Amino acid sequence: MIIILLLAVLPLSESRFYIFLGTDILIMGLFAISLNLLLGYTGLVSFGQAAYFGIGAYTCALLMKKASVAFPFAFVAAAVAGALGALIIGFFCIRLTKIYFSMLTLAFSQIVWAIVFKWNSLTGGDTGLIGINFPEHLDSSTRFYYFTLGVVVASLFIIRKMVDSPFGRILTTIRENPERTEFIGVDVKLFQLLAFMISGAFAGISGALFGIFNHSLFPDLLYWPMSAEVLIMAILGGMYSFFGPLVGAAVILYLRMLVTSYTQYWPLIMGTILALLLFFFPGGIMGFLRSQRPFNRGDR
Amino acid sequence: MTLPDPSFLLIQSLSGLTYAMFLFLIASGLSLIFGILRVLNFAHGSFYMVGAYLTYQFVSYFINSPAHFWWAVLFASVSTALIGGFIERLFLSRLYIREELNQLLFTYALVLILGDFAKIIWGTGQLSIPRPAILKGAVKILGQYFPEYNIFIIFLGLGIAFFFWIILKRTRWGRIIRAAALDREMLGALGINVRWLFTIVFTIGAWLAGLGGALVAPIAAIVPGMDVEIIINVFIVVVIGGLGSFWGTLLGALVLGQVISFGILVLPRLAIVFIYVLMTVVLIIRPWGLLGKPSQR
Repeated sequence: MIIILLLAVLPLSESRFYIFLGTDILIMGLFAISLNLLLGYTGLVSFGQAAYFGIGAYTCALLMKKASVAFPFAFVAAAVAGALGALIIGFFCIRLTKIYFSMLTLAFSQIVWAIVFKWNSLTGGDTGLIGINFPEHLDSSTRFYYFTLGVVVASLFIIRKMVDSPFGRILTTIRENPERTEFIGVDVKLFQLLAFMISGAFAGISGALFGIFNHSLFPDLLYWPMSAEVLIMAILGGMYSFFGPLVGAAVILYLRMLVTSYTQYWPLIMGTILALLLFFFPGGIMGFLRSQRPFNRGDR
Repeated sequence: MTLPDPSFLLIQSLSGLTYAMFLFLIASGLSLIFGILRVLNFAHGSFYMVGAYLTYQFVSYFINSPAHFWWAVLFASVSTALIGGFIERLFLSRLYIREELNQLLFTYALVLILGDFAKIIWGTGQLSIPRPAILKGAVKILGQYFPEYNIFIIFLGLGIAFFFWIILKRTRWGRIIRAAALDREMLGALGINVRWLFTIVFTIGAWLAGLGGALVAPIAAIVPGMDVEIIINVFIVVVIGGLGSFWGTLLGALVLGQVISFGILVLPRLAIVFIYVLMTVVLIIRPWGLLGKPSQR
């Protein structure tokens, strides 16, 4: 609650820097939490999350720019497109396990990337899609910040309710042991597919926000290092904590902002942080904080 | 559409074959490491890149020696192997007790770190080295010219494939490696030092990637980003052929080499999409690859 209030008054600082960073963190945080629904809650290591992010981003931007669809409809369409993409891709992926599952999610996201990259007439290909304007009534970075904050808080509220519901408990059971979950009569594949679609829908929403926030889109958004980056955010923050991925996104984006003003070698720093994390804080930042608490209440 | 000249088709398939040999060298190392250590090494493309940059470096050291290119290939590939071995011994080996995801992410951290080290040392520009003097020429095949160096690569690749197959099938070391792929706990119980075996296998894998990078240096631009570009193609090769399968890797490399070589000619727009579709279809129908075996685990 305190954090939401702090975020709500952030624009009063009148600092364009913090408004920009805040919007970026909220968008990527939602993206990372959408991934974590698969990663941390259902135990599915998706290596192609950039696909749904990109599908959402391009759907929203293309509908607004090329078809002059009003923003609210384009925005909802992005969520639907993300969910549909995840339904089609997930349908095939959930049949596989472990490394083969991850490989197939990667392969599908690369197909989506290749299509976006090569379909010049629609997506602009390598030159990207530029000149995506703020929608009506959201035409300043402060207003767009509040809109993003609202969307992200509402999304997180829904996801939180979902993972705390019996549905979410079943996902966690699947993560712990898919075979035993099957034994007690749960249709594991169906639940995995549902998790996939929900995750895809929220990834689509974050992608739509991202496109407007940046005023432009490039195919790089769907290339596999993007999937790796959001995976790292989730793991850095802590994949067994609800807000962990958001914390991870905040830490990485803030550090990147700091580091890139001094040196261009951000990947080196990021790789080192990741390696240190894997060796010393396997539970991520939130996992570490929780282990420091004297009375472990065990909440997620 | 008129049928193209047969000599042109031949040349095109030969250049596809050349690329396939590079893919095979790198992918066989990746496949070997996955087969034994059960680690999907994202940094394999980075070892390839390091091999190429080190070859550039050693060529300039040995520039006065007549066979400077060959010395550079030897030193660069062995240095890459040692770097790989050290990384496995010092870092990766400590992560085996963790979930597989941790090992995967560590190799990704290596991609970021090695990529930036290469930029710091060699800059972001494009480097190149000349082809070795004795292979500078070109051979006339059906009226078209084809570089001698590429022919050398094709034979060398096939030679290395055959050599490794003999080692795997006929020697004691080969038997130990095949046994480790099946059941490492049992192998340890039989008195083999599995920790060292892992280090050796990782070193050999890194050597193969380094060798691939060293040999590609004269005919490709040495640039940052070559690591990320090759690793995705190598993943496709091992997925098509079957992770951990030796002949599968060769088959996957040959298929991808030809698809890339002809796809760009026939449907330049769709070639790149087609490659990923191929990977996807294989994964859906036979997740363990065309020549792989369903995993026991």
